[in-house]
Amino acid sequence: MTALADLCLLAVEDNTSLTTAFLRLYVFVLAGFVGFQIITKVPALLHTPLMSATNAISGISLVGSIVAAGAQFSTFSTFLGFVAVTAATINVVGGFMITDRMLKMFKRQERK
Amino acid sequence: MGHLWQLISTLLAAVPTVAHATPEPATSGEARELFIQICYLAASVLFILGLRGLTAPDKARRGMQLAAAGMLVAVIGTFLDFRIVSFVWIILGLILGSGIGAAISIWMPMTAIPQRTAISHAFGALAATLVGISHYDYITNVLQEPIGHIEMAALGFEVMFGALTITGSLMAFGKLQELLPSAPITYEYQNEMNISLFIVAVLMFIFLIFAPSDWAIHHVVFYLMVLVGLAVGVLIVVPIGGADMPVVISLLNSYAGLASSATGFALGNNVLIIAGALDGASGFLLSVLMSKAMNRSFSNVLFGAFGGSVAAASSTSTSGLTVKSVSVEDAATQLAYARNVIIVPGYGMAVAQAQHQVRELAEQIEKRGGEVKFAIHPVAGRMPGHMNVLLAEANVPYDKLFDMDEINGEFSRADVALVIGANDVVNPAARTDPASPIYGMPILNADQAANVIVLKRSMNPGFAGIENALFYDPKCSLLFGDAKASLTKLVQEVKRA
Repeated sequence: MTALADLCLLAVEDNTSLTTAFLRLYVFVLAGFVGFQIITKVPALLHTPLMSATNAISGISLVGSIVAAGAQFSTFSTFLGFVAVTAATINVVGGFMITDRMLKMFKRQERK
Repeated sequence: MGHLWQLISTLLAAVPTVAHATPEPATSGEARELFIQICYLAASVLFILGLRGLTAPDKARRGMQLAAAGMLVAVIGTFLDFRIVSFVWIILGLILGSGIGAAISIWMPMTAIPQRTAISHAFGALAATLVGISHYDYITNVLQEPIGHIEMAALGFEVMFGALTITGSLMAFGKLQELLPSAPITYEYQNEMNISLFIVAVLMFIFLIFAPSDWAIHHVVFYLMVLVGLAVGVLIVVPIGGADMPVVISLLNSYAGLASSATGFALGNNVLIIAGALDGASGFLLSVLMSKAMNRSFSNVLFGAFGGSVAAASSTSTSGLTVKSVSVEDAATQLAYARNVIIVPGYGMAVAQAQHQVRELAEQIEKRGGEVKFAIHPVAGRMPGHMNVLLAEANVPYDKLFDMDEINGEFSRADVALVIGANDVVNPAARTDPASPIYGMPILNADQAANVIVLKRSMNPGFAGIENALFYDPKCSLLFGDAKASLTKLVQEVKRA
């Protein structure tokens, strides 16, 4: 707890960064709430597709990876960026494709 | 998916022209930044709309296409980032990743979905961790600037959580793929050791935030923290048994999301924060649901090392009781003349690959005028919702699949409950025997049906190693043998009856 208080005190030195950090925290908390509200409504029937879908969506770290791979800050960070782009793309492409493959299988009974 | 793919390839072809555009005046740079931010905003909205699609099975595919479009928009926006000077490694990574991702998703059998999910959590966390390390390296080595406290806190959280999710997910993958023993691996002072290691990592994290910018020490501690994070990931998953994997996978899903979110904090990117928060919330919620379905607390799953000493404590004595076995013909007659049949599939059915035979049997019973429903326990598979996917793959219509809460009231009206390769989820000891390790776990009320037929390979107790009083109930009869073979014979007999 004291560490947290210290952190806040130290952060106050730089007022703008504290404000931005809090804005980001707002975004995080509100997005978390939206997520919670939606996901409680997802039926247990679709929990596996849900997990592979959120997994694909969190492959959004691709965005950060792309900058790291393309900015050429250093050979080291370009290499890390390349591996990160590959890993994140596996998740994005694989995740969306397999979610679609699963959802395609869920069919309603044909009524005669 | 096909259109999307075309779009991506066209996009890639167009990229070099963007990269070599002449340097623009400042106003154009602002316009570009504005465009990027609009892309990110649109992507965030599309992700949320996409997830909302999953609340109904008939809207789900469309929803996921929206989410995929959102991802594409976010990537397009990022391509315009003024910091990018070369696209070579980006495009190579995209091609390689797409190839591997597509191959995995096309050829992965549905029974292996839990493994794929576990390994993809590792990939997601790996990407987040590497972005964090690369960002750290950029600030400390290239810019040689001091890291702000808040920025370091975000970076530290990102790489620490990322690192433990990488190895934790790899361990979960190993257990699900049976490369590692699925039984808990335990040793003395295990929890104490794990907790102290975690504390060490947290202390390093705090040091990194407040340390004076002596780069030599800062670097050493930073990379040590990554290593400790990797070690913690291995150590926390190793003592967790195979039956608890639904909780672990969900929790790792949440961690991978949180690591993505932390990346967003460190890079100042809202779409990362939002997508990570959605993933984090989803994983957390699923792990709470799974723990509830097993009547276990989080701490019990994480530190309990299920199965070792607790199993012996049960007072359910079955000595002196006998089970009644039944022939295929008799079982088939019961099923053929039943009005209401509820099928309870368990993981044993999936192991025997008997989903298609189950569907055929259900069709035969329905042809004769009976009604068949499937009762799905939340932890029937190896991850949340797994059993539904397996049955859907075998063409069982989803309006015949019912959650535990939906169907539990109907067992008392059922003529036959057909239990296939399930054990603990129908064990009445969960209701009646306070000494049983599964006491309090919500179960399917199969014992309330007029007749119970259990398809079982042998009398070995289930995953948790607990005797099941249901099997000794006079109205319960057991059909021994491989589930697939028994079901094939049952289908033939029902046809003939």
